[in-house]
Amino acid sequence: MNFIPLILALGIAPFMVGLINRVKAIFGGRQGQPLLQPYYDIWKLLHKGAVYSRTTSWVFRAGPIVTLAGVLVATALMPLGSCPSLISFSGDLILFAYLLALGRFFTVAAALDTGSPFEGMGASREVFFSTLAEPALLLGLAAVAKKAIGTPLISLTEIHQHVTPELWAGSGLILVFVAIAFLLVYLAENSRIPVDDPNTHLELTMIHEVMVLDHSGPDFAFILYGAALKLWVLGALIVGMVVPNTGYMVIDLATSLVGMFVLAVLVGVIESVMGRLRLLRVSQLLVGATALSVLALVLEYRG
Amino acid sequence: METLLVGIAILLVGGALALLAGSRSRVSNAIGALSAVAGCAAALVPVLDVLRTGEAISYGPVAWNVPYGSFVVEVSPLSAWFALPILGLSLLAAVYGAGYTAHYADKKLLGPPWFFYNLLVVGMVLVVVARNGVLFLVSWEVMSLASYFLVTFEHEKQSVREAGRVYLIATHLGTACLLALFVLLGSKAGSLDFAAIRQAGAITGPLANGLFLLAIIGFGTKAGFMPLHVWLPEAHPAAPSHVSSVMSGVMIKTGIYGLVMTLGFLGSPPTWWGWLLIGIGVSSGVLGVLFALAQHDLKRLLAYHSVENIGIIALGLGVGLLGMSLNHPEMVVLGFGGGLLHVLNHAVFKGLLFLGAGAVIHGTHTAEIDELGGLQRKMPLTAITFLVGAVAISGLPPLNGFISEFLIYLGSYEEEIFLTAAGSVPALAVIGSLALIGGLALACFTKAFGVVFLGEPRRDHARNARPPGLLMQAPMVVLAALCLGIGLAAPWVVGQMEAVLVGVTGEAPDAIGEHLASATSPLISVVIATATVLGLCIVLVVVRKLLLSGREIGESGTWDCGYAQPTERMQYTSSSYAQPITWFFASVLRTRKTLKAPEGLFPADASLHTETPDVSMEHGYRPAFSLINWLFSKLQWIQHGRVNFYVMYIALTIVVLLVWFLGARA
Repeated sequence: MNFIPLILALGIAPFMVGLINRVKAIFGGRQGQPLLQPYYDIWKLLHKGAVYSRTTSWVFRAGPIVTLAGVLVATALMPLGSCPSLISFSGDLILFAYLLALGRFFTVAAALDTGSPFEGMGASREVFFSTLAEPALLLGLAAVAKKAIGTPLISLTEIHQHVTPELWAGSGLILVFVAIAFLLVYLAENSRIPVDDPNTHLELTMIHEVMVLDHSGPDFAFILYGAALKLWVLGALIVGMVVPNTGYMVIDLATSLVGMFVLAVLVGVIESVMGRLRLLRVSQLLVGATALSVLALVLEYRG
Repeated sequence: METLLVGIAILLVGGALALLAGSRSRVSNAIGALSAVAGCAAALVPVLDVLRTGEAISYGPVAWNVPYGSFVVEVSPLSAWFALPILGLSLLAAVYGAGYTAHYADKKLLGPPWFFYNLLVVGMVLVVVARNGVLFLVSWEVMSLASYFLVTFEHEKQSVREAGRVYLIATHLGTACLLALFVLLGSKAGSLDFAAIRQAGAITGPLANGLFLLAIIGFGTKAGFMPLHVWLPEAHPAAPSHVSSVMSGVMIKTGIYGLVMTLGFLGSPPTWWGWLLIGIGVSSGVLGVLFALAQHDLKRLLAYHSVENIGIIALGLGVGLLGMSLNHPEMVVLGFGGGLLHVLNHAVFKGLLFLGAGAVIHGTHTAEIDELGGLQRKMPLTAITFLVGAVAISGLPPLNGFISEFLIYLGSYEEEIFLTAAGSVPALAVIGSLALIGGLALACFTKAFGVVFLGEPRRDHARNARPPGLLMQAPMVVLAALCLGIGLAAPWVVGQMEAVLVGVTGEAPDAIGEHLASATSPLISVVIATATVLGLCIVLVVVRKLLLSGREIGESGTWDCGYAQPTERMQYTSSSYAQPITWFFASVLRTRKTLKAPEGLFPADASLHTETPDVSMEHGYRPAFSLINWLFSKLQWIQHGRVNFYVMYIALTIVVLLVWFLGARA
């Protein structure tokens, strides 16, 4: 039973990327690529050879592997609906955040290994934005956890299971604040508009895409799959905060899945109607997310 | 117990012999290193024994011809917990030092540095085992002075002498507070023996508050609490690298030991003690890592990181203290457990990183990050071990740094802490600042590792780097293995802390054991998860190998977006990499920029230099000291160089004292 969230994530994650792209295509008046295009891309890359820069070392080759390994285990920590995650223990939310950070460390190291100024620029921005995103994530989790069960020291599974219609009725405002904070973290961590533009690696938007510019073949397939999984798990975190659980596992799984797809459509809409923010404005956005998390906590002590 | 004293004797005799070898520097080097290794190894035996059995062993008191002094030492589990990294790291650093100082043999006398190195180790060990105030203070001074002479090893450099002076003044300002602390501690019992002080009962009320503040200032100066840290970024880079490693890895921890020890004499803490420590932890942690990020001297960067890690330790101790005053034993166990485990962890990875920085300086003769690059090709083993240290200090799984931070997180996510404002506000400060510190540390160490070891060499001395010898490499490998080992054996390591925590908290062993067991249960899952990460890495490596077998693997230059002539000077430097963050925190950092902008149609040259001096030094201490300087200059008329007047001053003083003494009698 505990395998379900992990298997769903492993299977459907790239589809989310396809869904976002389809929404953007519809907004742009295009027909768009097939919904399953991300799968085709990964499959194609897995069957290619590789090209490595002469400047790079084993660190460059370790980057995609450590990142994917970290995200895979982080995926195993993430429940869906009221279905518990494969690995669950008190404090797993901290390990979850730090496993994503481990991946970031090695992605950044691999980018610096190429010696390219473009990739250095991307790396520099990535560490800046993620630094600002981290407190929002951990404080927001503390807020919801406290509201859901009264004690913050618990697992992601328990937090998700305690988000019920009653909780929404009682303290919806806190959930809304945290959900908005998490949505901002979600957009930043997954390098989406308004923080980064996933379609380009031009100077103005150099963050994630530019860091992986030199990877090719299976390495790049690992990166694409890892990015899709990250998009999924952080999405599942938001959906877990927002979609109320009934306690019937099948219904909860279904509503959560629908929630995930709605989130993907929402991201597609955001990307279609908004431009990318100036890089300096992004920091304000993320500090705003932290402020929302703190506000949620303050509200809790009041009530 | 005797083995510990034998170890100390070996250290002292070996140091003296190294000194006697005089101008035969290679002999001094060999004797010094060998005696340091042998002495540390011998002293480690009883320390490990105490940690295993959990029972303290003691020696003395031996009468001493000093008022209130006696030679009495005891290795309690708490002492052993601090002595373990002190002796272990000193041993490894001595092996490394033998290789590191060898190339000074023709230029310098090596007897004195080894003498002072051994003296430093003896001082540190005696500080953590001393059970008498006078012995403690004497050992404290021995430790401080020995390290001063080590810091000024390259005293022909002006900057080194300057650093030494700052250190000497700072450490004695701290000691002045400690002097007052011990006098007040002993005033009730009428003795400076710790046993007697403890027997006289726990100290409470305003006196306890005063003692706590004295301890915070006195011991905090040594530990490097922000803003008492100013000597740290000066002195640690000036010392030879194996000494920086010992100073940063373990010597500053004697300050933490002293603080914990003082808490043992005081009654149950009021809430504000915990608040204060957490406040210090937040300021040291966040500002420490921010200033580290703005540096471009590798050893200065590492020194600021010690301030950050001391901040994390203070956060842990603060959570523990808060737990004591709110009466929540689980918080106590998690807070103190996390803080004290971080003491050990920081010794391991900071020791490792300073040794790595030493290898870089040894190989390239510079610590300027922006002149390096691509070193992993010339010194691959140093690069791997430095990477391990960098991941560990960033607090990332599966290495040891994550474990101690995880415990502190758990302590501040505790259920009861959130019931009152007195608990919840500091707990949120801990969570928020630990998250921020984690992100900034990641930024800082991707920079340190990436700019120094990856990419292309930026200057010739990086291109022609020499790898370190075997003596220097072996200790780094051992420390890197320990980072992984402690990370993967976390539940066991934390389980070993039971006796230590009993000593610190004064709770019943059963209660501590129970809380420790509930704390370690998530650690088992953590280790399973992180071991899975390692396993998956291996699986993915194999998968990629299989996929690529038989296919074409091309080599080319780095993709340069079509630019025709990329050079290594176009790479991101440490300053440009940190720029977004230093820009964001500019109001705190106050980085100075010296810009020579390109001018004209054919600009000949342009340059940009950034420097981030310490804010508390620039805006706090320097003005304060110049004020003091000005005040004393008003007294200069007393100092005129005429001896007959000086004799008169002495005579006058004696007469005044005599009158006072007789008056007091009457």
